[in-house]
Amino acid sequence: MAALLQLEKVTKSFGAVTVADAMSFEVNAGEALGVIGPNGAGKTSMFNLITGTLAPDSGKLLFEDVDITNTSAAKRCRAGMARSFQVPQPFSGLTVFENAMIAATQAGGMSSRAAESFCIDVLHQTELLDRANTLAGGLTLLGRKRLELTRALCARPSLLMLDEIAGGLTEAECTSLVQTIKDIHGRGVTIIWIEHVVHALLAVVDKLMVIDFGRKIAEGEPRAIMESPEVQEIYLGIEVDA
Amino acid sequence: MSTSDLQVTRKSPVTTVAAILGLIVLITLVAAPYWAGRADMRLMGEIFLYLALASLWNLMAGYAGLVSVGQQAYVGFGGYMLFALTMFGGLHPIGAIAVAGVLGAVIALPVAFLIFRLRGAYFAIGTWVIAEVFRLSFAQVSALGGGSGSSLPVGIVRSLASSRAGREHLSYWLALASAVIVIAAVYFFMRSRSGLALMAIRDNEMAAGSLGIEIWRTKFIVYIVTSALTAMIGALIFLQKLRISPDAAFSVNDWTAFVIFIVVIGGIGTIEGPIIGTLVFFLLRETLADLGTIYLMVLGVVAIVLMLKAPKGIWGLIRSRFDLELFPLSYRVKPNKPLRKC
Repeated sequence: MAALLQLEKVTKSFGAVTVADAMSFEVNAGEALGVIGPNGAGKTSMFNLITGTLAPDSGKLLFEDVDITNTSAAKRCRAGMARSFQVPQPFSGLTVFENAMIAATQAGGMSSRAAESFCIDVLHQTELLDRANTLAGGLTLLGRKRLELTRALCARPSLLMLDEIAGGLTEAECTSLVQTIKDIHGRGVTIIWIEHVVHALLAVVDKLMVIDFGRKIAEGEPRAIMESPEVQEIYLGIEVDA
Repeated sequence: MSTSDLQVTRKSPVTTVAAILGLIVLITLVAAPYWAGRADMRLMGEIFLYLALASLWNLMAGYAGLVSVGQQAYVGFGGYMLFALTMFGGLHPIGAIAVAGVLGAVIALPVAFLIFRLRGAYFAIGTWVIAEVFRLSFAQVSALGGGSGSSLPVGIVRSLASSRAGREHLSYWLALASAVIVIAAVYFFMRSRSGLALMAIRDNEMAAGSLGIEIWRTKFIVYIVTSALTAMIGALIFLQKLRISPDAAFSVNDWTAFVIFIVVIGGIGTIEGPIIGTLVFFLLRETLADLGTIYLMVLGVVAIVLMLKAPKGIWGLIRSRFDLELFPLSYRVKPNKPLRKC
């Protein structure tokens, strides 16, 4: 399988705090990679480095075998990367539909006319169609999370990056969101998903990566990773064989 | 609800009625030389020029988030270019207005590279400083009268039209055309994909950037276009005044403070706002003009009260209460058959 995204020894620090410490990994096309780690481990910073919101101090990033280390966030997005924000970042003064239209016409590069029906389809899929004319600022938390997902999908990404999209949702809301993400992955979209709600993650991903202090601690088959004593100790704070 | 039963529209009955009424008003205004007196036409001409300035400032500050308090730099620059091009370049005044616009864009390029390094309040102060630099520079040009300014020679004024009435009509129509063209340009720009991108930037820059929108480039283009058009309006303003001086041309009160007042009380970030704001401003000015300086204090009080009670201006208040819009910009998703159950 060809690698869609490659990180080679990407390092970034803010003063004494290192958010990425020679981070290297690959994501293959069609894969779904889950990322876990304690608060402050550098998960969101890793997303910021991948999408170009942050520039690394050293190291290299490749997307579809092209070096994107010095490419702007906007260009990376148009090349096929889309993300959701951990704290939803809606265009509050615009409607849900207009939020989707922006993603489809700007990131997705569609004409306004083509984007209209495309956005309706995506909103249908993310179950936001009945809120299409609502101002994004007036949505509930679930609605905002779904809008994050909608916008990311309207960008027609080859790599979809989700940042704690299930956090703060009720069990039922979470289940339906997981199903939506599963469907998207089923259609061949590559996914990187940061999540604290581990059972939601395990229902979708085929590979799991654990990071702490900006370093990759473990990577591999999800169940095996979750059961490894090292991960249980670092991530869950459980003392092994106490 | 199946997705094929839905359609996306931007028109509504209100926008259709507004368009028809707008057209009737426009035709009436075009015919003003046949029904209005000389003083009324002069006043209306001034109203149109302020409307154009306010719509441009609104595009730049309200949509692109570039809060400049130095647009008088371009008003004055355009005015001086009109004088220079007609007096020394031998251009026809109307040709000079067009060239002033092009030169406005050219001068805005280095200015933009300089002030785009600044953000927020620093950007605002930077634009003001630039405008002062413009004022002081033009005050040094002795050929244009230096600090005391100069008048447009009679020959150039006559080249517009031979009779006084003809000149007044032409200058009225030019002012009307400038307001119509600016509002139409803002409307079609905001309706396009780029307009949607601009609204995204206004609402959330970080999210806009991560959705593929080139923020710097978009703002840069808006700044250059706005400045060029402001220079053209400036040329028109001083074609009506027939006299220019550095203090009048680069007046922060006349070309920026009043314009900001208009946009803020009307409703920033909407096309309707500057139109309402201009009407309110001139209504206050014409009714309070006899009060002298008290008039400025009243303007201040109106601005403060409105900002406290209705931070989004008069139009913002109306829009949030009645969900109205006169220019069809927003998208609505509607069922094809109105009575269908969802």
